[in-house]
Amino acid sequence: MSRPPRPQFLARDSYRIRRLMDAARFLPVFGFVLILLPLMRHSPEAETPPTASEGVYLFLVWFGLVFVAFLMSLGLRRALDAPKEHVTPSED
Amino acid sequence: MSFNMLVLTCLAYVILLFVVASAAERAASEGRAGWLRSPVIYTLSLSVYCTAWTFYGAVGFAARSGLEFMTIYLGPTLVFVGWWVLLRKLVRIGRENRVTSIADMISARYGKSNLLGVIVTLLCIAAGAPYIALQLQSIAQSFTVFVSDPEGASLAGNPTLIAFWVAIGLAFFTIVFGTRTLDANEQHPGVVTAIAVEAVVKLAALLAVGVFVVWFVAAGPSDILTRIDAQALPEWEIQPGRWTGLILLSAIAIICLPRMFQVTVVENTDDQHLATASWAFPLYLFLISLFVLPIAVIGMELMPAGSNPDMFVLTLPLYLGQDGLALLSFLGGFSAATSMVIVASLALATMVSNHIVVPLWLKVRAARNLDSGDMRLLVLSVRRLSISLVLGLGYLYYVITGGSGALAAIGLIAFVGVAQMLPALLGALFWRGASRTGAALGLVIGMGLWFYTLFLPSFGPGVFLSAQVMEGGLFGQSWLRPYSLFGLTTLDPLLHALFWSLLLNVLVFCLGSFLSFPSPMERVQGALFVNIYDRTGPARSWTRPVAEAEDLLPIAQRILGVSEGQNFFRAQAAVQGKQGFLPDITAEFLEALELKLSGSVGAATAHAMLAQSVGTAVVSVEDLMAVASETAQIMEYSAQLEAKSEELSRTARKLRDANEMLQKLSVQKDAFLSQISHELRTPMTSIRAFSEIMMDSDAMSPEERTHFAQIIHDESIRLTRLLDDLLDLSVLEHGQVQLNIGPVQLRELLDKAIRSSESVQASRKFRILRSRDPEGIEIVTDAGRLTQVFINILSNARKYCIADDPQMQIKVRERKGMVEVDFIDNGAGIPRDKQALIFEKFSRLTDSMQAGGAGLGLAICREIMHNLGGDIAYVPGQGGAAFRVSFPRVLTPRDASRKAARSQAEAAE
Repeated sequence: MSRPPRPQFLARDSYRIRRLMDAARFLPVFGFVLILLPLMRHSPEAETPPTASEGVYLFLVWFGLVFVAFLMSLGLRRALDAPKEHVTPSED
Repeated sequence: MSFNMLVLTCLAYVILLFVVASAAERAASEGRAGWLRSPVIYTLSLSVYCTAWTFYGAVGFAARSGLEFMTIYLGPTLVFVGWWVLLRKLVRIGRENRVTSIADMISARYGKSNLLGVIVTLLCIAAGAPYIALQLQSIAQSFTVFVSDPEGASLAGNPTLIAFWVAIGLAFFTIVFGTRTLDANEQHPGVVTAIAVEAVVKLAALLAVGVFVVWFVAAGPSDILTRIDAQALPEWEIQPGRWTGLILLSAIAIICLPRMFQVTVVENTDDQHLATASWAFPLYLFLISLFVLPIAVIGMELMPAGSNPDMFVLTLPLYLGQDGLALLSFLGGFSAATSMVIVASLALATMVSNHIVVPLWLKVRAARNLDSGDMRLLVLSVRRLSISLVLGLGYLYYVITGGSGALAAIGLIAFVGVAQMLPALLGALFWRGASRTGAALGLVIGMGLWFYTLFLPSFGPGVFLSAQVMEGGLFGQSWLRPYSLFGLTTLDPLLHALFWSLLLNVLVFCLGSFLSFPSPMERVQGALFVNIYDRTGPARSWTRPVAEAEDLLPIAQRILGVSEGQNFFRAQAAVQGKQGFLPDITAEFLEALELKLSGSVGAATAHAMLAQSVGTAVVSVEDLMAVASETAQIMEYSAQLEAKSEELSRTARKLRDANEMLQKLSVQKDAFLSQISHELRTPMTSIRAFSEIMMDSDAMSPEERTHFAQIIHDESIRLTRLLDDLLDLSVLEHGQVQLNIGPVQLRELLDKAIRSSESVQASRKFRILRSRDPEGIEIVTDAGRLTQVFINILSNARKYCIADDPQMQIKVRERKGMVEVDFIDNGAGIPRDKQALIFEKFSRLTDSMQAGGAGLGLAICREIMHNLGGDIAYVPGQGGAAFRVSFPRVLTPRDASRKAARSQAEAAE
């Protein structure tokens, strides 16, 4: 069963929402990589790990993710409401 | 604080929650639930993820492993900020299919299979037990820690007994809370609101302790950071394997934990709420985690050595003389534990009743030919019993393990257990090829490995697995050691169990799906789930309704309640434009009813119940596939239209061709007539002229008279020949010729033909090259007719071959019962553009008088050959004119007539 043909090019608004969806899919991957960074900051000389600074870093990343997710959710709400023909919230 | 006082405080808190829940439920039933169904309440209800494990255990976790405690909250954060990928689809599918639990979701996707429902339910109960034990343990610990007069109350010194009474109390509380009524769609606005209140309490408590520690005990954030580094232990080093593994594990758990599925999917009413939760829930987790490390560090610094770090949140304020703060903290921990237990046991009880007890009940009743009775009371009783059972199992786990393990370790065991559902769940959402067989096998294998490598060992050696098995492996096989299966010794037990169970789970799931063939219902449901966004309406699964509305109404009433059931039927009747309570039993109505029922008892049970009542409504594969979606129908219709229009245009094309053919034939006929007239007129004219001369002139010498008479005679002969030819042609064309079939040697025919043709332009010397051997074959055919064809070809060559030294080569060949005779001369041949014409009537390449024929020769030859079951063709590119005569070696009369009929049909076209 082939999908019904979709328009090839979208108006500016729809285009923006599409790219926002892409970004939303990408955000957790990006966040995961940032969270893994402390693994690569390893100083063999120190006896105890730099817990305080890594903690501050992780909480900053965490808050950053929350903030970006907040901004994105504002735009994505419109995609949830949008009529289906206009923006289909699925694969491009 | 005295023990009794503490118990009273707890009771008061519980009563407050109960009042909140009742008010919310009343508001919801009166339709004033607007604010109840707000994104804030939804987000707060998600905080049921943060249990007593978080409240107490996170600090202990931090004290033991440093930053690693964050992994448990970072995983869920990633899942929620990435809600667009997975949660959105999960929630949408859950809501549109009125899914009641994660077991219902998986069972519904894989063809409403109750087998899968049972497997998932058992898995969830097994994984739920340690988790509930964790809550009991932490409440019991907090009681023992808090009570200042252990001597005054004998109970306070005995954590096991406290845990027992807490379990009883929580069971009672949950039963009263969650199973007062059987909701039509398995949503509990009252419970959700109470959970939201508890979320606020536990967050406030933890923040209060945190603020106190940072700003009143320490001298602010920078001081805390210095103290953290001062207290840091070498064990706090982040371990890459555990760091990554635990983030993944907690990300999986937030999707698969039955209680999280309950609040995220089942209780969701609007996609928009998820949009808010996508950032608000991570923010909640952020705030919960913010002060965990500071509390741990200050606790390690100030508290006497040997204090349990799992209780720092409570003991630290007590130690510093802040009784009020400690009480708030105690209530926070109590909130965290109760909210988890309530939601988890509700979710598990729903699964037990929908997937195990009710199907069994129906089967027993059906076997005894009994009416299914009042399901509502049954379902409610089963749920109440299941809640008790689940809490009882949790208590049992607590007693058997001795309540000794660190909180975090117990929680992680449960996480690995529920993670086994991930492959089946992801397959349900994204892979149409995922099949029931694969999902069931994967779940069983994963569950078995989890049991062997993590769950059973967690009781400690000697309880289920002997120390000997733990050390030496099962049956003394060292590669079967629970903590290092197949010799994997470098991973810690948790990662080891996660790795093996998920790996083999996924492997078996995929293999099972590759190799099995899904049932029609499974394929329909698979398409429905995976393509949830492409769909406009619900799928059709009922196509041949045979039950009466009167039979269905009692069923609906039993499950939905009398008034609710009747209202539903009346509303459906109204939709169909009918008065009264009995709508027509249409496929749409049955689907709506099934969806409504599945909101109460789960998809598999609802389907089974309706199938039982509807009786013989067997739906065939073709039915299901044809109605799988509206889209499919429309596409089928348009494909039919397309086929039809194609057929029409094909017919039109045929008609056009036929018309052209007719026109061509008409032109040919005209040309034929004018040719004949012309051919007849020429000799007639000369005959008339000479006969007139003979009539008119009296004085005419006898020689002259003889000469004129001779001319008249010749012309008459020519006319006769022409008419003979035409007659011959006509007879041949209509297949009416009488064939004189007999055996003859091909060589004789050729000899005769060559002799006969020598009379044409007898003066020319013609060299004829023959190969005697192949000519020796015996053939059975009409010798006279075949000779006529040979003579014609040979005469033509004599007439038209313009070579100075003319020669003719005759080749004979036999192939597959056909004899081919080639006549090749060394003349100029026939130009390409004329080759198609030579077999037509009256076609002559040169002037008619010069050739001395009417141009019917080759046309007659072709007709003869068709009558003899063969053909004559011009073969280009042989160095001269080349004709190939082919005919069957043995001609049977049937053969001949069929060939003739064919040639006639060709002529008609």
